Amino acid sequence: MDWHEDNVRNDVRKFLEANWDPNADLLEWRNKLIDAGWGMPSWPRRWYGLDMPQALQQIVAEEFAHVGAVTVARTGIRLLAAETLLAHGNDSQRERYLRKILTGEETWCQLFSEPGSGSDLAGSTTRAELQGDEWVINGQKVWTTSAHHADFGLLLARHDWDLPKHQGLSYFILNFHQEGVVVHPLKQMNGHASFNQVFFNDAKIPRNDQVGNDGDGWQIAMTTLMHERRNAGNIFTEGRARGAFTGSIYAQADAENKILLEPYTWYPQRAGRVDLAVPRAIETGAIDDPVARQEIAKLLIMSRCAEWTALRARAAQQQGQPQGPEGSLGKLAGSNIAKQAAKVHTLIAGVDAMTAGVDGPEQGIIAEILLSVPAISIAGGTDEIQRNIISERVLGMQKEPRMDTGPFKDVRKN
Amino acid sequence: MYAFTDEQLQLRDTVRRFMAERTSTKQTRELMESISGFDESLYRQLLAELGVGGIHVPEEYGGAGLSYEELAIVLEEMGRVLYPSPFFSSHVLATNALLLVGSPEQKAEWLPKIASGEVNATVAFYEDSNLRDLRNFQQTVQNGRFTGSKERVTDAFGANLIIVIAPDAVADRMPCFWLARCGRDADIRYEPTNSIDETRRIGEVGFYDVPVERLGDGGHTQQLYSQFIDFACVALANEMVGGAQWLLESAVEYANNRVQFGRPISSMQAIKHKCADLLLEVEFAKSAAYRAATAIAEGDSKLPEYASIAKAASNTAYMQAANDAIQIHGGIGFTWDNDTHLWYKRAKSSEVFFGTTEMHRETLMQRIDLAEGA
Repeated sequence: MDWHEDNVRNDVRKFLEANWDPNADLLEWRNKLIDAGWGMPSWPRRWYGLDMPQALQQIVAEEFAHVGAVTVARTGIRLLAAETLLAHGNDSQRERYLRKILTGEETWCQLFSEPGSGSDLAGSTTRAELQGDEWVINGQKVWTTSAHHADFGLLLARHDWDLPKHQGLSYFILNFHQEGVVVHPLKQMNGHASFNQVFFNDAKIPRNDQVGNDGDGWQIAMTTLMHERRNAGNIFTEGRARGAFTGSIYAQADAENKILLEPYTWYPQRAGRVDLAVPRAIETGAIDDPVARQEIAKLLIMSRCAEWTALRARAAQQQGQPQGPEGSLGKLAGSNIAKQAAKVHTLIAGVDAMTAGVDGPEQGIIAEILLSVPAISIAGGTDEIQRNIISERVLGMQKEPRMDTGPFKDVRKN
Repeated sequence: MYAFTDEQLQLRDTVRRFMAERTSTKQTRELMESISGFDESLYRQLLAELGVGGIHVPEEYGGAGLSYEELAIVLEEMGRVLYPSPFFSSHVLATNALLLVGSPEQKAEWLPKIASGEVNATVAFYEDSNLRDLRNFQQTVQNGRFTGSKERVTDAFGANLIIVIAPDAVADRMPCFWLARCGRDADIRYEPTNSIDETRRIGEVGFYDVPVERLGDGGHTQQLYSQFIDFACVALANEMVGGAQWLLESAVEYANNRVQFGRPISSMQAIKHKCADLLLEVEFAKSAAYRAATAIAEGDSKLPEYASIAKAASNTAYMQAANDAIQIHGGIGFTWDNDTHLWYKRAKSSEVFFGTTEMHRETLMQRIDLAEGA
């Protein structure tokens, strides 16, 4: 097929004109989208897509937004699960799971981090033992977003302790609806509980829910993480810029999102809320303080530079130029900006920075910024890990000598 | 807009190759000892072979007819190797003054000669009273004649034309631009000033009842002066990110080769994290410098904001690069024989030239105040 911008726009438009109904049932509509291929058009034809080049995705999104059409379910970890199964799963797994990921009927989470392996993800000590036709899982995961209402999890666990660290890992689909899986919320320093601890006591996984082969776990987890990084910006921004549109389907979509997006309500505050700096400085009069002005300007400069750097990365990619260093810097830049923003909000608030909730500035938003910013330099790869990646992969610097080679059972652990 | 075109990438390659093949720090060190501070014949080759003289000047005035983006690329490559020449004074400062303020006749008279290198020009704007606040001029032009002393004038030695910025004594005290021809009839005296950066010549220029010709018609002076400064900041910022990038590369290369405690120091997080942080600063500064150059090329009204962002960002990136590069080199980085200090000195002098980081942050806030109505 000849993929051309105008053709795609026309085809989407025609499809939406003929099919979009804001009063349709959410599930019915999504199934229709999936069958037509317009739910995930860049996916393969065989699996609900149209083999459309990724670059044209924006056009499809624009046409959906234009008429306020609800998309397939995309919030949370679900698309990471789907992409991982597309890349490494077998056909019966794709048959069983992909459609219900897109309809929103089943929710997924990611079971990678453990109390003993955070930055060092490959140090997983969750045990997977094959007993007859089932894998039996024992151990503990942590920082699991959405585990409290998840149906399935992407699990990284160790099947062989005699192999070196990265080679003894395997990858599984874990069904949460069983006795051997217990979920406890993990309360954070900012009062929210967006994450969970997940305990496995002889949890069972049918043999066909192993993804790939024994020992493929690390490589497959890298696929999942690559998609996580790629989607970092829009993981919690469901494409629904629908403004004044009305219809019964929105009530259904909103109800779904209320649950799915709840863990993410503090994420904007985690990033520092740069948008509030100048308006609050004007409102409080801090705009006349020369020290505050210096720090605000510093923040605005960082924020602009980060924005332009991201645009440079995107433009280079679109022109097919080799990826420069600017692409891998976003995460670290975000941490620096958030910290500077917290400093600025403290300067602006003065002694009010000690107040929180209804007693605090902006109905507690400022306090939430100050108490959420520490997370941004940890979640999704700490600043230190980012610096390792940047210095090794972009600048070509040497790796630290390793202390964790040889059979994993002999490697020092927590 | 955020990616270079193929032609621009080619231009960068060409200039980089020229600089790599025909310049060296050994040569630069020799020129640091000379009076003029640059290699005249190499400079002629540069203008003749690469056609970068008047690169952003319209073809009707003898230029290459390209934009400020291309000028920025050339400057970045020159900054990368600290290429010592009057290019910045002649093809950036004086050329910009003529382009912004000059009448068509003045442009036609001077721009082709500057573009070809026949005339070396510079702009004299600093004086005792405005070293901290660029707007505060005391010396004025009276009845078309100027008497005064200008400081921190770049490449005035051997200049044929000096553009003086000074208010007209009878008008509203706003800074105006004046042409002063250097020659036998003009009593213009040059005194070199010691600079920490010996790769860029600065000096004091004394004017004794020198006849000057008003550039342009004398209107919109405040706005034109502020544009002139913004243009200079953007040019300098692009030159600076070139030097910052070189320092980063040199620090990484040294760290990869330097072995201590039985391993290259580049394997130590104390070193590699410093370099990762520096890369971020340098890329930020590049983004700002490029974006501001585009703003000039496109006549974007946001230029005043972007120029201050670019200068502030390149100030911090270049100084961080200079400090980190010396630190990573260790003791050898503090020696005269090691080249790092040459870039450190350029970084320091560029940091304060056309406004410190703090000044540009404050300028940015004033420009935002206006936008927000605060």
